[in-house]
Amino acid sequence: MAKHHITATVNGDPVEFLCEPQETLLDALRDQLNLTGTKEGCSTGDCGACSVTVDDRLVCSCLMLGVEADGKSIHTIEGMAQGDELHPLQQKFLEHAALQCGICTPGFLVAAKALLDKKPDPSETEVRYWLAGNLCRCTGYDKIVRAVLDAAAELRGA
Amino acid sequence: MQEKVKDGQSSEFQVVGTRPLRPDGADKVTGRAKFGADFSLPGQLVGKVLRSPYPHARIKSIDASAALKLPGVKAVVCRDDFVEQSSEFIPAGEMMINYRDVVRNVMAREKVLYEGHPVAAVAATTAALAKEALRLIKVEYQVLPHVIDVVEAMRPDAPLLHEDMFTAGVEPAPKTPSNVAKRLEIGHGDIAAGFKQAELVIEREFTTKPVHQGYIEPHACVASVSEDGQADVWVSTQGHWVVRAHCARLLGWDIGKVRVTAAEIGGGFGGKTVVYLEPIALALSKKARRPVKMVMTREEVFKASGPTSGAHVRVKIGAKKDGRIVAAEAELKYQAGAFAGSPVQPGAMCAYAPYDIENVKVIGYDVVTNRPKVAAYRAPGGPISEFGVESVLDEIAAKLGIDPIELRLKNAAKQGTKAAYGPKFGPIGMVETLEAAKAHAHWRTPLGKHQGRGVASGFWFNIGGETSVSLSLNEDGTLSLTAGTPDIGGLRASLCMMAAEELGVPLDKIRVQIGDTGQLGYNFLTGGSRSTFSSGMATVEAARDVMKEACKRAAKLWELPDDAVEYNNGGVRPAGPNAGKHAPMTLKEIAGIAGKTGGPIVGYARINAAGAAPSLATHIADVEVDPETGKVSVIRYTAIQDAGRAIHPSYVEGQYQGGVAQGIGWALNEEYIYGDDGKLQNPGFLDYRVPVASDLPMIDTVIIEVPNPRHPYGVRGVGETPIVPPMAAIANAVANATGVRFTDLPMSPPRVLKALDEARAKGSAKL
Amino acid sequence: MAHVTLIGNLRQFTGGVTEIEVAASNVHQLFARLGEKYPALLPHLQTGSAVAIDGQIYQDALFQEIGPDSDVHILPQIAGG
Repeated sequence: MAKHHITATVNGDPVEFLCEPQETLLDALRDQLNLTGTKEGCSTGDCGACSVTVDDRLVCSCLMLGVEADGKSIHTIEGMAQGDELHPLQQKFLEHAALQCGICTPGFLVAAKALLDKKPDPSETEVRYWLAGNLCRCTGYDKIVRAVLDAAAELRGA
Repeated sequence: MQEKVKDGQSSEFQVVGTRPLRPDGADKVTGRAKFGADFSLPGQLVGKVLRSPYPHARIKSIDASAALKLPGVKAVVCRDDFVEQSSEFIPAGEMMINYRDVVRNVMAREKVLYEGHPVAAVAATTAALAKEALRLIKVEYQVLPHVIDVVEAMRPDAPLLHEDMFTAGVEPAPKTPSNVAKRLEIGHGDIAAGFKQAELVIEREFTTKPVHQGYIEPHACVASVSEDGQADVWVSTQGHWVVRAHCARLLGWDIGKVRVTAAEIGGGFGGKTVVYLEPIALALSKKARRPVKMVMTREEVFKASGPTSGAHVRVKIGAKKDGRIVAAEAELKYQAGAFAGSPVQPGAMCAYAPYDIENVKVIGYDVVTNRPKVAAYRAPGGPISEFGVESVLDEIAAKLGIDPIELRLKNAAKQGTKAAYGPKFGPIGMVETLEAAKAHAHWRTPLGKHQGRGVASGFWFNIGGETSVSLSLNEDGTLSLTAGTPDIGGLRASLCMMAAEELGVPLDKIRVQIGDTGQLGYNFLTGGSRSTFSSGMATVEAARDVMKEACKRAAKLWELPDDAVEYNNGGVRPAGPNAGKHAPMTLKEIAGIAGKTGGPIVGYARINAAGAAPSLATHIADVEVDPETGKVSVIRYTAIQDAGRAIHPSYVEGQYQGGVAQGIGWALNEEYIYGDDGKLQNPGFLDYRVPVASDLPMIDTVIIEVPNPRHPYGVRGVGETPIVPPMAAIANAVANATGVRFTDLPMSPPRVLKALDEARAKGSAKL
Repeated sequence: MAHVTLIGNLRQFTGGVTEIEVAASNVHQLFARLGEKYPALLPHLQTGSAVAIDGQIYQDALFQEIGPDSDVHILPQIAGG
């Protein structure tokens, strides 16, 4: 099957790649652009490990086609830190030990950032429901929620 | 709220017990860390597995000729590409493995025994071509009747999975084969006499469903075999030396020819202690002469990797009016899936382990069924049997009018108690966890409408095992630590901390990695709550080795005997009568002259770590039951557990919280749902419902420390015990809220609602 | 003499005997002595057993010392998840 030529912006950088029509955005990011920070957990949009933002909208990249990325601005986990400086969410995840195996962490960080970009002062319940689309099997979510609330507080105060 | 209760002896550690950032953290929060599917080799092919559509069938023929003709297909493998194995148990490192079953589970030979059982595999240049090739493989099946349920499978007329399965442990040995692989019995005392003394006897039957470990990362590996037969595997695994042993065995290769590198692992919980894809990827790579990458889909994970057993459990406990238990019996029927080997043995040993009981008898059955072969899942066997026991104890407490914590205190096992499984306990923290539960604010907080509270305790062993560690002192005084037990959730932090504590150097001067099988002596896998205990013990030994050598080098320079120099505060100095004769040297200074004073300074430990000690827990759960929908919400949870010594408290808390979340899922929603056709109906996270963030409250933890005297820092493994109490804690809370005792898991809303309606009709419901 | 208790299932290889006195100074000798008395038992000691000596469980530790009055239990091996 003939591949499509896609032009997009990923983490602020212009990119081009070729992908087959049935390839997902997740496949394109991982296999064409070698951005393996975004993970595949289920490929049916149930686990959130593949979370990215597309034009500032949080999506499961396994539910979007690579060809749909044409002309869009995509942000992945690889674009979260600014040079040497981790984003407060990344820093708080480390301080709170909000990760054990770490496979769900990129998805949670992208999803949490999308929340705080929209709603800088969420309640615990709002955080839990926003993140209900991200599965974690290791932590029981306690430290993740604490980290997000703490990062939110820091971002508001900074 | 996270708390720590000390055992009364204050510990003066500089590093151990603090909460530094983990050394592998930056990579994990930036996406840099490489998990199983993140690794690729140039020229690699995509491997895919053809799986049985039937739960039970004989394989009459496999014809891959059309697939091989497809351009882009570079290799096809099936049963002929793996070495037939005898049925004797062979040591694979520390485990005794029946390789005859392993080779058949990896690739079916005579029969397929579950939907999803591998029958063939292909390697092709693209995933699309590999899938097309699978469609072209012709397999002729003779479909056979199947059996899914454990009790059904034990019936004499049940469809037979293995013609040569004669129940072991039965005297005289049965003459006809069956699906019961083994019968076992443990216990002590006189059970009949015990029940005669009892003033209250409660007997209940329980059922649990198979549940999956639910790791978010599917199985993944890349295998590459060179023309000279040297093979490399990159894989997400809990034990890469075990992977090496299994692959070498199944393929008939020398162990030394196979090198396995452990990727970062995205969850295992016991499910990644076995091989599925790796031998297949190696076989394909050898044939194709190119690297082969294989990644399971989520559907394949559910259909073809081991969940834990579903079971039928009967518990009968006899007590005196004052709450003292005088007799305890259980009968456990665990399903093993397609091949023998459910965790019924540890389940039997754990069932009554938290208690001091004079008369105990537990019988267990290991039963095969047409489901995927069961794999270990966090405290294998324990949560199931202890669910039954802790539920019946709750009923006994209620009937006798005794507080459920008091009942457990009355019967708690202590140091010197003869365990239900035989030996006497060393120091254990059962009483301490119960006292902490009793004293906790959670226990006293009033409940609201439709709410109930339950308490349950839990026990799991810990293991030690073969461990090798290497600790190099670099020329500038920094250190490189190489361990061999994959880090599933914070191990590297704890190892660094123990090394830093021993050596008196800052944490950031030690870089830790998990080495591959070519870099260290044998390491048994990460499991059995062993990695902090065993690799920690080995790290301490290696550090002491470095310190001793540092002393020796200084002694030579100072022309003193070796034992006249001591290690102190990150350096060495003359001791005793020679104190002050020479200025101390820092470890960095010693490192600088290592080359000239005898060569590199490297500490090694190669041990079979012994001295692991059990971890006990008591949990308190509050639930709220919706009377209209039957939904059970967990509104408050406190997990109290003995860690011996918490090296990094945050990661100990994390283990408690994670085990609790899995136990809650097991209690409330998770189950494998099969149709009458023997096919799995919910092989995905939408319908296999694990807890999500909105399902759970904050999970409070209390770390008790009753140090394990056999570990240099008193460590007990903590990873598995936390999953043991939740099912009973929640069932007890639901009984408290509703007046209905649930003996069948999961307590999903339709089941709860149905039971509530029935109880309401009888007038026995509380809501 | 060490006092040795065999966990439930092993009794079928000893004709029902579950408690035995054995003179052995380590696990290797213990298995050898038991194997001499009950040949059918030996493979089950070598395969899949753990040994608890005075309450401490050892797995794959052939040279672990046994004291003159030790309380020894032979158990199934424990793995984990």
